[in-house]
Amino acid sequence: MASANDPFQFQEFEEAASLLEADRDATTITIDDEDTKAEKQRIAAGFIPDGDDEDRLASDDKTELLSGQKKSAPFWTFEYYQQFFDIETHHVRERIIGSMVPWPRKNFIHVYLRRNPDLYGPFWICTTLVFAIAISGNISTFLGKLGKPNYKYTPEFGKVTIAATAIFSYAWLVPLALWGFLLWRNNKAMNLVTYSFMEIICVYGYSLAIYIPAVVLWILPYEWLRWCSIMVALCLSGSVLVMTFWPAVRDDHPKMIIATMSAIVVLNTLLAVGCKVYFFSKPETLIPVEHAPAAEPFIV
Amino acid sequence: LSDEASRPFAGLSDVSISEDIPVEGDISVPMGSSRRDDEFSTLDEPVKETILRDLRAVGNKFIHVLYPKRSSALLRDWDLWGPLLLCVTLALLLQGGSADSDDQGGPQFAEVFVIIWFGSIIITLNSKLLGGTISFFQSLCVLGYCIMPLTVAMAVCRIVLVGGSGPVSFGVRLVVVTASFGWSTFASTAFLADSQPANRKALVVYPVFLFYFVIGWMVLTFSPAQ
Repeated sequence: MASANDPFQFQEFEEAASLLEADRDATTITIDDEDTKAEKQRIAAGFIPDGDDEDRLASDDKTELLSGQKKSAPFWTFEYYQQFFDIETHHVRERIIGSMVPWPRKNFIHVYLRRNPDLYGPFWICTTLVFAIAISGNISTFLGKLGKPNYKYTPEFGKVTIAATAIFSYAWLVPLALWGFLLWRNNKAMNLVTYSFMEIICVYGYSLAIYIPAVVLWILPYEWLRWCSIMVALCLSGSVLVMTFWPAVRDDHPKMIIATMSAIVVLNTLLAVGCKVYFFSKPETLIPVEHAPAAEPFIV
Repeated sequence: LSDEASRPFAGLSDVSISEDIPVEGDISVPMGSSRRDDEFSTLDEPVKETILRDLRAVGNKFIHVLYPKRSSALLRDWDLWGPLLLCVTLALLLQGGSADSDDQGGPQFAEVFVIIWFGSIIITLNSKLLGGTISFFQSLCVLGYCIMPLTVAMAVCRIVLVGGSGPVSFGVRLVVVTASFGWSTFASTAFLADSQPANRKALVVYPVFLFYFVIGWMVLTFSPAQ
């Protein structure tokens, strides 16, 4: 700073304003109160805070504030990834429930993530879904062909790889594309709300959580049940995604809004229907042979 | 000449050593290993003893998995021989099914290997990222050793399948596999969960549950060639 004569001499630091006048280019740090910053964001996003269920989440804010600012390490160190696992059991539980129950005013990222996106949820939900699809598909094929004389049970283990490829590419490539797209649109139309890449991955990962019970339900060989559950899961998961990304595209050109939202919903639908069609063959018709002697059962 | 040579050591001539201080001792040049290493030097013992010591260590850990108390034997002296042995045994037992002729059958040898080792590594990374105090190889060791109940269940299943593959045999196999899956999960969480703070225990236990569930599924769905 000022005196370089005696390094051990106590220096009186002048007011920050006068220092800034002296050197305009000096770096300045403003430490905003965490709560007021979050408040500004919420008001910008059109979210009016709810009274009672903020209390539990607010206490988490205080602990985070007390523990200090997040350090950011370079991305090749272990500590960099550790910051994405800074969650507790009840956080994960709340986030999963929040992804299944879309509430009109609650934006998933603002309410549940609160600047603390995690990689635990997306990764393990995707892994569970992969194995759930493979195992349920195998069980349903087995149950469907149970009575047939020629049927030889096979575990169909190769399908795990296919399921893993499909689900992990949906959960990681689509957020990447969406993030890039939002970044590009942000240059054109100034949006108040921007989401970081990790937050988008987090939302997509948690939005897949509703499919796990749906997939387990598909074991039962009733077509109407399968289509009902897929519709319900699609609606819930799609609405969570739409409501989350609405503030980010709201200020944009209407055509862009429609294009983005429909792309999100269509990709979600494609994943769900594609998984159902590929892994869960239609249960074979129980019409006995005398009705249609020449027809082979049609297996999808 | 002697003057030149002795000048650097000029002061030495002034040093005198009094007679009462005994200056004695021995100088031993260490032949490649210091005194401390002698206790651990295993180069001179017969090969049988070396192998038996390792086998005893592995067997000791098997016993600790059978009766999972909170002892630190598995953690302190970790080794990866046991997990390797169990993994190879399990992968070999999973061969010889109807998989060999089909293209969509059971897991291949390499697939079992990859699932077990890759799965263990991922679970270890997960627990370390969540702030666990257990080291990388200790965790691999624990997860590998706790596959033992499932390997035993696989052997039992193959024996049961020799008798027949009807619903009765399936029921027996289901019970055996479920019991051993529960045993594996319980044994490994007895070691792993302690290294985590209380508010994250479930986050660490769930991947372990999933891991043994998938292995149990592979064991249960093994169908023999006809």
